[in-house]
Amino acid sequence: MAETRELTCINCPLGCALTVTIDGENITVTGNTCPRGEAYGKKEVTNPTRIVTSTVPVDGGDIARVPVKTASDIPKDRIFAVMEAIHAVRVKAPVKIGDVIVKDAAGTGVDIVAARDVSAA
Amino acid sequence: MTDANTIIERGRVGILVIGGGPAGLAAAVAAKRAGVDDVLIAERDRMLGGILNQCIHNGFGLHTFKEELTGPEYAARFISQAAELRIPYLLNTMVLSVDRDRNVTIMGREIGVRTITADAIVLAMGCRERSRGALSIPGYRPAGVYTAGTAQRLMNIEGFRIGKRVVILGSGDIGLIMARRMTLEGAKVLTVAELMPYSGGLKRNIVQCLNDYDIPLQLSHTVVDIRGKRRVEGVTIAEVDQARRPIPGTEVSYDCDTLLLSCGLLPENELTRMMKAGISPVTGGASVDDLLQTDIPGVFACGNVLHVHDLVDYVSEEATLAGENAAAYVSGSTGRSAADAIVEIGVDGGVRYTVPQRIDVGHMRDSVTVRFRVADVYRDRTIAVYRGEKCLSRRKTRVLAPGEMEQVKLKKEELAGLTADEGLRVVLED
Repeated sequence: MAETRELTCINCPLGCALTVTIDGENITVTGNTCPRGEAYGKKEVTNPTRIVTSTVPVDGGDIARVPVKTASDIPKDRIFAVMEAIHAVRVKAPVKIGDVIVKDAAGTGVDIVAARDVSAA
Repeated sequence: MTDANTIIERGRVGILVIGGGPAGLAAAVAAKRAGVDDVLIAERDRMLGGILNQCIHNGFGLHTFKEELTGPEYAARFISQAAELRIPYLLNTMVLSVDRDRNVTIMGREIGVRTITADAIVLAMGCRERSRGALSIPGYRPAGVYTAGTAQRLMNIEGFRIGKRVVILGSGDIGLIMARRMTLEGAKVLTVAELMPYSGGLKRNIVQCLNDYDIPLQLSHTVVDIRGKRRVEGVTIAEVDQARRPIPGTEVSYDCDTLLLSCGLLPENELTRMMKAGISPVTGGASVDDLLQTDIPGVFACGNVLHVHDLVDYVSEEATLAGENAAAYVSGSTGRSAADAIVEIGVDGGVRYTVPQRIDVGHMRDSVTVRFRVADVYRDRTIAVYRGEKCLSRRKTRVLAPGEMEQVKLKKEELAGLTADEGLRVVLED
């Protein structure tokens, strides 16, 4: 018996309405307008993941906090564990965009990286 | 290259771009690439990038850069393009007034109050949020009531914690993004109340900002009371009827210390009005032709000051066009037809407005993108473009919503010889 789920693709702001049909091992996605939508639909019903973004305090910078993000998506149920890892760090200016702020955050294998430059004040 | 101070001393500039956010940056980069050496950006904040600096979430740039960036990363791409092109800019600098001859009074920390005349101006001032005063919410005026964007800036740039128990009024994208942001930072977001029967935000943000964290969205609900004198102690939410009036007996009280307002954005057009440029009553922005030129020659508009966008990618695209056209204007190469040869684009069947509002068929580019928003949530409608009675294009849609911008492309060859009498319309059909 095939199960269908109606999802909204979150890959981009277009928010395509997806229909995912799960028939045992066989998962099909319709309603997507790009390959990312198909990948999202399949992943969302098997292993949902998210990009996590936050900020980290910077000492001696021209702004008080540097925005950071997970370098790639992480399992959805690890979001709060990753947030704890982000909360545990402070950095010193200067920071360059792409700098690794936390390596292998919360055992996800994914790094937290800086999302902008912060110059020393 | 001429630096900003030299331009100010000279009192004259080729193109003045007012605002250094995504629209201003893209316009300046495009103008410079189009061959105008003399471009200056005036930015009110202490850094370039505008609202993107505080939009630390991801989801920007899929159209422009084919990858998913955070706001600061998207801004950094354009800031480095502007730097490579050595485009001068002034920070902490505000344009105080502009007249129809493009004489500009400008004030800044470094330059004081100065006047400068621009051969062309690109308006890229962005928008601001509808405030509590504009919403007429009863109750005291305690601390803890913020517009969502103000809270976003305080958290993400200044590094303050805003509150622990939060109610959000309005389901605009910034409110949805802040619901997730505050949850991740340890706050409890109790509910999001939306006056309208549909969300004003993008569907993806309902999914990843509310549903992911089990935050309830209550449509057709509003805040009817704010309690607390020094600090917010609670709010009362009630259901509203079809006329958006609170229904007695539906009030529910929430104990909270923070109320965020995400109830719409207003293009920031004080300067545009000062010039007495024509303003669209629907968008709140200037009314423009297919060059994105206002009804004052040499004054162009783009980005959220022109109409509120859903995607920054479209802002960049639109601003690039405005910058290129400003450059063409300065070099004297924008032909324009007489006023009676310019055709207003009509709207019908739930299309609220178009940008541009009018088109010069004789001088248009080969293809012009017309953007618009719809008045309500519509399912299974067709977007159609009519020249007189003749249908030029049709496109079926599954769902249209007011929170999302739509677009159609007009081709020059299809519009050859079009007159105002014949008419051009963008409509929704069953």
